[in-house]
Amino acid sequence: MTSALPTVHGMTLKKKLAVVGAGMVAHRLVEALVERGADETWDIEVFGDETRPPYDRVALTSFFSDRDPEDLLLGDGSLWKRPGVRLYRNSVVSRIDRDAKQLHARNTTFQYDKLVLATGSYAMVPPVDGSDLPGCFVYRTVDDVAELRQWVLDREAVLGRKVRGAVVGGGLLGLEAAGALTALGADTTVVEFAEWLMPLQVDRAGGGALRRIIEQMGVSVRTSTATSRLKAGRDGKVARMQFADGERIPADVVVFATGVRPRDELARSSGLEVGERGGVLADPGCLTSDESIYAIGEVAHIAGRVWGLVGPGYTMAEVVADRLLGGTAAFEGADLSTKLKLLGVDVASFGDAFAATNGSLEVVYADPTAGVYKKLVMSDDARTLLGGMLVGDASAYTNLRPMVGRALGSDPTGWLLPEGMEPPGAGAALPDDASVCSCNNVTAGQIRCAVTERGCTDMAGVKACTRAGTSCGSCVSLVKKLVDVQLAEAGIEVSTALCEHFPYTRAQLFDIVRVSEISTFSELLAQHGSGHGCDICRPVAASILSTLRHSHVLDGENATLQDTNDHVMANMQKDGTYSVVPRIAGGEVTPEGLIVIGQVASDFGLYTKITGGQRIDMFGARIEQLPAIWKRLVDAGFESGHAYGKSLRTVKSCVGQSWCRYGVQDSTTLAIDLELRYRGLRSPHKIKLGVSGCARECAEARSKDVGIIATDKGWNMYVGGNGGFTPRHAQLFAEDLTTEELVRAIDRFLMYYVRTADRLQRTAPWIESIEGGTDAVRQVVLEDSLGIGADLDAAMAAHVEHYQDEWAATLADDTKLARFASFVNAPDTADPDLAYVEERGQRRPADEAERAVLIAGASIPVRTEEVTV
Amino acid sequence: MTTHETWTRVCALDALVPDRGAAALVDGHQVALFRLSDSGEVHAVDHLDPFSRANVMARGLVGSRQGTPTVASPMHKQSFDLVTGRCLDDPDVSLHVWPTRVADGWVEVRNGSA
Repeated sequence: MTSALPTVHGMTLKKKLAVVGAGMVAHRLVEALVERGADETWDIEVFGDETRPPYDRVALTSFFSDRDPEDLLLGDGSLWKRPGVRLYRNSVVSRIDRDAKQLHARNTTFQYDKLVLATGSYAMVPPVDGSDLPGCFVYRTVDDVAELRQWVLDREAVLGRKVRGAVVGGGLLGLEAAGALTALGADTTVVEFAEWLMPLQVDRAGGGALRRIIEQMGVSVRTSTATSRLKAGRDGKVARMQFADGERIPADVVVFATGVRPRDELARSSGLEVGERGGVLADPGCLTSDESIYAIGEVAHIAGRVWGLVGPGYTMAEVVADRLLGGTAAFEGADLSTKLKLLGVDVASFGDAFAATNGSLEVVYADPTAGVYKKLVMSDDARTLLGGMLVGDASAYTNLRPMVGRALGSDPTGWLLPEGMEPPGAGAALPDDASVCSCNNVTAGQIRCAVTERGCTDMAGVKACTRAGTSCGSCVSLVKKLVDVQLAEAGIEVSTALCEHFPYTRAQLFDIVRVSEISTFSELLAQHGSGHGCDICRPVAASILSTLRHSHVLDGENATLQDTNDHVMANMQKDGTYSVVPRIAGGEVTPEGLIVIGQVASDFGLYTKITGGQRIDMFGARIEQLPAIWKRLVDAGFESGHAYGKSLRTVKSCVGQSWCRYGVQDSTTLAIDLELRYRGLRSPHKIKLGVSGCARECAEARSKDVGIIATDKGWNMYVGGNGGFTPRHAQLFAEDLTTEELVRAIDRFLMYYVRTADRLQRTAPWIESIEGGTDAVRQVVLEDSLGIGADLDAAMAAHVEHYQDEWAATLADDTKLARFASFVNAPDTADPDLAYVEERGQRRPADEAERAVLIAGASIPVRTEEVTV
Repeated sequence: MTTHETWTRVCALDALVPDRGAAALVDGHQVALFRLSDSGEVHAVDHLDPFSRANVMARGLVGSRQGTPTVASPMHKQSFDLVTGRCLDDPDVSLHVWPTRVADGWVEVRNGSA
């Protein structure tokens, strides 16, 4: 696949496509080709000069908060493992030989039939004296950001004081960099040559509003200022910045964010035509002056200019994918509207933001105290929206941008009202050709079509089908509105009802029970539902009643609500027998405990396996054997592990400080304490926790709903991780908490989740479903923004107080024990259809073929004898 | 062969917990019994789940769908009509239904073929 010279073995040879550059646009190109099945006719080879696969450069700054560059990677990596697709990292393409259709990289030559240039751009450093001193950075790649971060931390340690940072450039990237420096604890100054900040996106008044907000955050701003030179200190590292007017400021770190230039040097050296101010000239089909070479993304000069946003780059990638498959798609220019959050400040500009159209009128709303500036540019008759800019509050952006070129109604000022006062009908009435998602070029019509013709019935489906809202996410609320309206129009009820018996969501039912005296399912059904219940609402009611009323799973009517697992407090397996998991809190177990478990498994002929949650699972227990098995376990001091419940499962831990030479905190003790605190807590889905004793993270805590990682100063808390079908990494929630603070934060997080999540919704999608996401949950949990903190604390305290071991309570109650009869008229008779074969010294259920042999009487060892205890 | 109807006495009605199933052995067959709280009726269907081939139906949750009393297989949650035995999620599959009656406080199941 990678040989430089094509060889033929009597087969149709696939054509070779070389993609030079492995950024976001190259990624989209390969993705688009694979989606259309082009990898069957093309071998695709991608050459990138970075060490990483393509990542989300737009989200670069988030690297400071998440600290895990892996999280920025685009896609799940499977794209690069497909046959016919190959990514070469660390591979600079040094030369293209257009006549021979070869490129040179990795000290060899690669043949191509078609080549796509997607080399993007580089950060421009102005010719300032000293700009190459140690401590001067650009802001373009993950490596840039990582080095910048390390530099700031190192300098802070060496200097023993706050680091002073200067950012040259007050545009989009400059403010991003200023945000990053501020987040690292540096005193930051932004230096802009123009008269105001973000001169390409906002006007003087907007720039002024932006400056006021940013200065309030402690960032210094100098406009109309040219940097003339940088000077080193005695250690040779950058120390001072001097301006053209002679003034100087101290600077321990300098970031240049003065713009980018197309990386077109390879095109130039290959003799391709380039634009006057750079960029590879290409036609609307993205074809360059060589008919075998395309150019896409920030390196391409198409339709009169270079396009410096990811959205147009994606469109070009789609165009080339189409062309390579014989299509005629064309790039005709793109919407350069942007909405950004810089230093936490919303900034958006769209359409003719600078009122360049003849006779255009401006409608301005400014509130300096609130730090808001909004402007709409209207046509000369004040009817048609031409563009606008929003600073401080850009909530109107999603609704306004698609309205560009359209009548805005009688009172345009209505669109500029403060957040939350949206004009009626906004969004829903958008014409089909209005662009809703500019990143992925999706129109309102395509979103409607996803519902009406492609059968999507929810946001997840529409996102997967159209890609709308999958890049920057700013249009998600508008997409949702369109989808909801379309579903309603199509007669598809957007039902949030739990099932046919209750017209409420799980969260609503929870509140109904919480504020009422209801303590049984029949009361709940009579007062708020209909019918006789089902396998959906009964377990939900059981879970809610358990959390709020703290009664035993088998008490009275509760028993009729439990799924078989909760009903017999074990996990049903494929042949109708159950598995048994005693709790081993934090994975810590004594040798005596292990012996008991081994003896019980041996006596009852149970198959044993270690679980992922650091405990032991015993399989093949028949329903009528469960009480006898548990009697042995409870007598030996074990209790239910709730492996069967939608409830807390385990708190996984590493051995921590007590034994490990790297551990900085006692992770095992914390894990045991947490497991004993939350054991038995019923929840919308299973909950798993993990505690690691140091940053090496041996407990894999970030794959848990709540992950805790020890630091020198305390504990870092992560939330929203899970394994399973859709694995998620938990996100940082709070840092350096004391144990007391940590426990309270987990108490509130879990109880808030238990109260408000949907049925079978794990923590990650629950957090996503909350408006404001992790930040909003953080405010509720850590800052008590809803004023429910004390209530959540009390609810968790009640849970802890009322906990009882379900199995011990069951063993002490003959009525409950009667439920474990195999047959009501033959309580101790084993299911005669069970059959087992032996494998690796243990038994497992026989499969169909083995069963047939067993019934025919062959001599495969079978255990069906009754075990008596 | 003549059809001979026999009623087999299975258990006391009180032994059945309302809205919860119980398995019973009736003449060698594994039967799932359900006593419903709203109608007071006792239904009997196969204990064998036709999808998973495991004897588990008595451990399913009872409920209703559009007024029809149902039981859901505890294995993979297919719902069955307790009156007709028909699977509501797959019309090609059904459970055998056994007639039942309550006599003198005892639940009896009719075994049709003898």
